Amino acid sequence: MKTLNFRVILFAFALIFGVVFSIPSLTQSESGKKITLGLDLQGGLHMLLGIKSEIAIESRIKSMAASVKYIFDDEEIIFDELRMVDGEQITFELLDKDDVTKAKALLKKELEGTVVIDNGLKFSLAMTEDEVERTKQNAIQQAVDTIRNRLNEFGLAEPTVAKQGEDKILVEVPGIKTQEDEQRIRELIARAAHLQLMAVDEDRNIRVNTMSLAEAKSYGDVILPDVNTGEKYLLRAIPVLDGSMLTDAKVGFDENNQPVINFTLNGQGAKIFGDFTGVSVGKRMAVVLDNKVYSAPNINERIGGGRVQISGSFTIAEAHDLAIALRSGALLAPVYVMEKRSVGPSLGADSIKASSMALALGFILVVLFMVIYYGMAGIIANVALIGNLFLILAIMSLFGATLTLPGMAGIVLTVGMAVDANVIISERIRELLYEGKSVAKSIENGYSNAFTAIWDANVTTLIAATVLYAYGTGAIKGFALTMSIGIMASMLTAIVGTHGIYQWILPKIDKNKLAFWFGIKTEGAK
Amino acid sequence: MEIFKYKKPLSLMGKSKRFGLLSITVLILALGLIIGKGFNYGIDFAGGTLIQVQYEGKAPIEKVREAIDSDTSYEGATVTFFGGEDEVVIRTKTSSKALGVDVGDQIRTLLQDTGNFEVRRVDMVGAKVGSELREKGLMAMVLAIIGILIYVSFRFEWRFAVASVMALMHDVTIAMGMIVLFNVEVNLDILAALLTILGYSLNDTIIVFDRIREGIRTIKDPDLGAIIDESVTRTLSRTTLTSLTTFFVVLTLYLFGGEIINGFSFTLLVGVIVGTYSSIFVASPILMWLGFSVGGFREKEAEKLKREKEKEKMRAMYENGTL
Repeated sequence: MKTLNFRVILFAFALIFGVVFSIPSLTQSESGKKITLGLDLQGGLHMLLGIKSEIAIESRIKSMAASVKYIFDDEEIIFDELRMVDGEQITFELLDKDDVTKAKALLKKELEGTVVIDNGLKFSLAMTEDEVERTKQNAIQQAVDTIRNRLNEFGLAEPTVAKQGEDKILVEVPGIKTQEDEQRIRELIARAAHLQLMAVDEDRNIRVNTMSLAEAKSYGDVILPDVNTGEKYLLRAIPVLDGSMLTDAKVGFDENNQPVINFTLNGQGAKIFGDFTGVSVGKRMAVVLDNKVYSAPNINERIGGGRVQISGSFTIAEAHDLAIALRSGALLAPVYVMEKRSVGPSLGADSIKASSMALALGFILVVLFMVIYYGMAGIIANVALIGNLFLILAIMSLFGATLTLPGMAGIVLTVGMAVDANVIISERIRELLYEGKSVAKSIENGYSNAFTAIWDANVTTLIAATVLYAYGTGAIKGFALTMSIGIMASMLTAIVGTHGIYQWILPKIDKNKLAFWFGIKTEGAK
Repeated sequence: MEIFKYKKPLSLMGKSKRFGLLSITVLILALGLIIGKGFNYGIDFAGGTLIQVQYEGKAPIEKVREAIDSDTSYEGATVTFFGGEDEVVIRTKTSSKALGVDVGDQIRTLLQDTGNFEVRRVDMVGAKVGSELREKGLMAMVLAIIGILIYVSFRFEWRFAVASVMALMHDVTIAMGMIVLFNVEVNLDILAALLTILGYSLNDTIIVFDRIREGIRTIKDPDLGAIIDESVTRTLSRTTLTSLTTFFVVLTLYLFGGEIINGFSFTLLVGVIVGTYSSIFVASPILMWLGFSVGGFREKEAEKLKREKEKEKMRAMYENGTL
């Protein structure tokens, strides 16, 4: 008997490799690299979020305005008419000509990334293009981090949050059981969680119900509603402090056993809070979250220690989610949904069942056909086909690739197309046998004749699959991936592998039993 | 087992006009359908929301319709059975940007009194994303075709490339026509199916062309028609058998793969049939009509061979130190 040749050894290695590395995926064991099921197969939420970065720019402008006020007040530069225009620039007017040089120097030193244009005493301030871009990038990065933190704290298994393209955020959350849970998760993501502690304008609050927004603005106030009753409050527009000075937020219970959120302020926040409450005894302070007043208690005494409570008839779940949102910080800019796909776990399970069924049936049909039509040659092709399936699974496992429903379809299709190579080869071998060539020569020439056809056909299919992968999204990428891997693996199994097997068993092939070996009746073989 | 045993070449090129006429007729019909009726774009490309709801027992589809109609913001929403009788799919053009309460949640509330149900799938695509995906899809098609043209030109000859691309456009157009005819909802998966047809049809065509390329070198008859006839007949067995195995698996996918990938497998089914037909009856005649010259090709091949031999000679001389 002829000794083993390098082709069959290579195939054996590929087969062992395939089996070993696909075991973790097939048994779904804890350890080892394995294929992850796509959200369409295991159920879950996939979202593509957009971000309103103009809001981040607007708030950046707002804080610039606050800085201008702070710096000028500090340096005793007198100014007037400080205004924000279109959320894009700030304008103001100096009253004293002698301050112009000093003001310019100060602005240049303290406010980075701004363009100052002055027209005599009238100044306008805008962000440079770089700064606008940086603010946008910062907003999106911050949103990605914040959403990731929130989902992680929510305690879900392996959520994915990633920036996609220039200005989109991809969120994938597997393992959501019900639509109600999903809604809760979406609300958690969407929460701006912008916390402010604001002073009630006690001098004018009595007139709040008849006051227009413009009038409130003229006093430097805003009107905000109570979260439950809708009752209006007149509040000082510049908050005492905001959520950025918060260090922790936890769910607790008040004396009536109602869930509340206790939060702790950092050192600076605690000091500001203490000072403010010290001078505001007898007045009210509103706890404002996302522009709604949650409570507005009376200040009875100076409150030190920086502990504050938010109460507002929450359910425990609401309080829990809110605490997570507060801890993970505010979103600099609001996000919105561009695309959402959510699949329930039962539908995912049904899809797995259906596609596995199709895969098994298609596989059996092809295998049977090959044996009936080609005899032993068909069995050899089937061995290659099985090797191909294992290789696809092993390669996907090693890369930790995601298997989607179209991906399953890709594997099914590969089964049909992978045997193509063997059909071509077997037909070529048969042709040569009909012509009366010896078995050994028929096999060798059959392979070399068939090779260019298989190669060119596979490369062109790969071109289509590559384009599909580059331009496809989500689940479609999975289809292109399994098909590409399948095609490449079939080159190894269906061409090299079967060739090796033929060479290995060549001495056993009986030229008088060609019906058994190649499924043909011919007397011509020598 | 033997079904196609090669005896003598079928006279295919003699009948090429008839097949050409058939193809052109079907193509015109398909184009008419595509332009006249147009695609039934699903939410992936048109934007909107799709909600799949499964009931315990038979779905009360009339009640579901009433419930949805009671909210005027869902005007034009459609409710249809999906797969079995216990599942319905609600499609609406509405999509919402809000993360909190979205269209899915609102419809869930509307359906509250229609019985015991489970929302199994909610797909929502914003209008902007939809048009983006459509552009990307078209781009993918064009790029794939260009890539194939380049590769086939490089491996064969430009006429082969043009003929194969025309054949695959023929296939994709007819598949698109069938999609319109059977009112298949066009989503991303249909695009994937069309691109697969592109690859598959080409695969078939290339294998026939490979044989023709081989025939040009080995068959003595300088008549292209005769060469094509013999080459196509010799690959007939392979073409039909492979199509058959692929047809088997796509059919099982269509019958048992589940409702969600039904449109996908339907498109593939059409593609396998048309792709097989075109690789036998369409691609090769185009080659002839494009004025492919056997003599010219042989001359070029001979020249190529000569050049290679010369190169080898030079290399040999170089290695021997004579140059």
